Order: sequence, then structure tokens, then C-alpha cells
Amino acid sequence: MRKSGIIALAGVILIFTTWELACRILSVPDFILPAPTRILAVAVFQAPILLPHAAVTALEIIMGISLSLLVAVPLATMMYANPSIERAISPFLVVSQAIPVFALAPLFIVWFGYGIAGKVFMAAIIIFFPITVSLLEGYKNCDSEYVMLFRLMGAGFWDTLRFLYWPWALPYFFAGLKVGVTVATIGAVIGEWVGAQQGLGYLMIQANARLRVDMVFAAILWLSVMGMTMWICVGIIEKKVIKWN
Amino acid sequence: MLAVSHLKKSFDDLMVFDNFGLTVPRGGFTALVGPSGCGKSTFFDVLSGIVLKDEGTISWCGTTYPHLGRHVAYMQQKDLLLPWLSLLDNALLPVRISGKNRHDREKALFLFKRLGLLGFERYPPGKVSGGMRQRCALVRTLMFEHELVLLDEPLSALDAITRRSLQQHLLLLQSEFGKTIVMITHDVEEALLLADEVLVLTPFPMVVRERFVLDVPKPRRSDHHELLRIKEYVLDVLQRDAHNGSSVSIPAGLVSPIGGA
Repeated sequence: MRKSGIIALAGVILIFTTWELACRILSVPDFILPAPTRILAVAVFQAPILLPHAAVTALEIIMGISLSLLVAVPLATMMYANPSIERAISPFLVVSQAIPVFALAPLFIVWFGYGIAGKVFMAAIIIFFPITVSLLEGYKNCDSEYVMLFRLMGAGFWDTLRFLYWPWALPYFFAGLKVGVTVATIGAVIGEWVGAQQGLGYLMIQANARLRVDMVFAAILWLSVMGMTMWICVGIIEKKVIKWN
Repeated sequence: MLAVSHLKKSFDDLMVFDNFGLTVPRGGFTALVGPSGCGKSTFFDVLSGIVLKDEGTISWCGTTYPHLGRHVAYMQQKDLLLPWLSLLDNALLPVRISGKNRHDREKALFLFKRLGLLGFERYPPGKVSGGMRQRCALVRTLMFEHELVLLDEPLSALDAITRRSLQQHLLLLQSEFGKTIVMITHDVEEALLLADEVLVLTPFPMVVRERFVLDVPKPRRSDHHELLRIKEYVLDVLQRDAHNGSSVSIPAGLVSPIGGA
């Protein structure tokens, strides 16, 4: 293990040990702050309760990612192909990030109901911005000498996109996607908080109302595992796709 | 024949060339030699349409064009290979983009064989040497259907041995494919070894200072006495021009100074 990894692991162990000892020595009740070992025990032994909710949240996140990719990739490409489209759309993109997703969640419940659709849109809205901006930045960073070469070859925009712009922008795209998948959980969980019948966000609200803080923390733990897993998956796909880096 | 006359190009206050002209015979190998920054690459950029000219005429085979973008194969100093494509796919890129002739794969493989790249077709550019990358870029340039080939210091980044090998390949390919080659080089010896004529350029604004037609048969040896004399003379011209020096005497013999255009 590298030195930085050892330092990080030591830091994590130190935090959780301090937390565990504080809870035991100070006899902190579980409904205020459960000890890490208690959270872990709930996360593992209550898995039959937690996992179906986690599966729903995961589905919302994956569908949100898919939806945002379906919109973000063509939009970033259109914005690059036509600067007037970029000028027209950029203000809306910025505004979409300036409005807190908390403010949109009740509206989405009104529009899409208590089902999965509203949460999918919430996740998609959060992921959409980093993917669009990163991909657009990737296109713009394409080396002008390569662009000239393609122009000399008589390549049109679509040929240049296929052979040059898109592969060039892929590292930027994956950087945006990595950010997106880690924050996607926020959108889905907020949607579930506001109105849902399933999902880890829903479970957290229900557990909190019953002072089951250990269950709330267990749900957070599962959310963290899901976020980390998706981040690792994107990293693996990135390595498979971008072999030349 | 490539004919350029009264060509003018400036960037803001910098006049790169004004009233510049030259002619290049069809099927020949012409080398442009001059100091860095004198405008040689800009001239190629103007010819190929990457940069628009201010004034002047450019004609190829008797027809005048705004630029020769659709009529030239242009190999720049950097190999500009795409790292996500294999060497063969890089070489085939002009064909794939034009979509004209799918059978050019055989031509590319033939050129790979001629340039010692056979067996490396599936390698990505990042896994081969600089010399092999440059050879691949040369194959890509030759895959263009165009007869006129512009080479901007194509061998400058290579070691001496690879460079000599590629020089021989260039000569063979030129005679084999009947291309008209115009090459920019800083290496006077390279120009004298390869070219049928050498144009010595001087800057601000760029002009053809001297023009030498070389009758020495190819392949040439760098220690050929006439080439050595010309080399000394050209270097002297460039050195004196760099220091705003006086004129120099022109050596006699095989050298045929025709004068600036």
C-alpha cells in the first residue's frame, strides 16, 4: 500500500476509534449517536430490510444517470457545433445549478407523483450539469493542429466528431461522470425525503421518526457504499475505454 | 506546376511576406531552406488554406485557386497521429474520411512494408518509436490522393540514423508515386541530398534569396564535393543574412544560381 493510502486508512481508523470510545465511555444513547460497531451491525444484520430500499435508490440513480447522459451528450455536442446554441443555453444551465434541488423536489412530486419518476429526474438534474460542462470543455480543449489536419483531410463536423472530438473529450467526460455519479445519490435521496414509498431516503425519514438513528446511519452507510461502487465502476469503464492514456 | 505570385500575408503589424513568388516544377522535389521564423510554415499554411492569404495568386497545373486545401497532402512537423487509433487506422484516416476507396488498405499495407512498419499495423502510436510514428505519418500523407505534397520539417525530430533511412524512403516514394514534393527543412545537407532544387529564403519579409538547381544524380552522398561547396555557400548566405552582412560570392561548377523570385 502506498504511503498516502496508509495515512488515509490511519485517519479513518483514528476517527472511528475515537467515535467508538466516546460513545462507550460517555454512554451516549443509540437514539442520539450510535457507535460505529452498532451502525455496522444494523447495516449487516438488518440488510433484508435495507437492501430492497437500497435497490430502489440504486435504480433511481442508474436511471437518472442514463437520462442525463441521453440529454447531456447530444446537448454538449450541439453547443460545441453551434456557438449560438451554447450562448442561448448556457444561462439556463447556470440557473439550473443555482436553484437548490430541495426547491425543485416538491414540484417534481406534484408533477410525477410518489413513484420513481420524480427521483429519477432529481438525480438526472444533479448529474446533468457536470457531464455537459465537462464534455463541452473536452471538445473545446481539442488541439487546433489536429483540427487543422482534419480540415485538410476534408472532414466534416461529424467525421471530426467521431474520430477526433469525441475521443479527445472522453477523459473530460469521464471526469464529469465520476463527479455526477457520486452526487447523484443526493438528488435521489432528496426526492425520497419529500415524497416516496420506497428507497433509502424514505427509510431514513421513517427511521428518524422512530428515533432509530442507528438505522439512519446504516442507510447512510449503504448510500456511501453505493456511491463508492458506482465511482469505481465508472473508473473501470474509463480504463477499458481510454486505453491510450 | 505550382506557381505562386504576389503573395502577401501579414499578422497585425508583422509582414510575413509581401509580393512573394515562386514556381515549383511538377513531379519535382523542391526544398525550402531558411532560418526559423522566416515564414516558411506560414507559406505552407497559406498554400493549404489553414491561413487565408491577404493578396496574391496561387495556381496548380494552370488553374488558379484561393488555396490548395483540396489539392495538397500536408505533413506537419509533429506526426499528429491519433493515440486512440492503431498505426494502420491512422494511415487510413484520409481514406475513411473521404470514403472514396475502401481498397486503399492494400496500398497502406504496401507502404507499411516499404517503410518497415509491417507487423506494427495494430500497434497504437504510444507503443512505437518516434521514427515509426513519423513513418506512419508519412504513409498517411501518401494516402491522400493529391499529387502535391507539402512536408514541413518532417524529419527534424528524428535521430541521425532514422533520419537517413527516411530520407531514402522519401526519395523512393517520390519516384514511385510521382508526387510533387515541397519540403521545408533547416538542414541544408538534407535539402541537398533530396531535392532537385533548393530555394534559400530570408525573412522580414520572406523572399527567395537564392535558387539552386541540382543536377547531381540521386542517391547522393553528403561528401560529394559539389554538394559540400553548395552547403558552405548556403550556410554562408544564411549566416550573413542573419547578421545583415554583405553579399557573398557564388561558387562555380554544378551550382546554378538562378536568383530570387
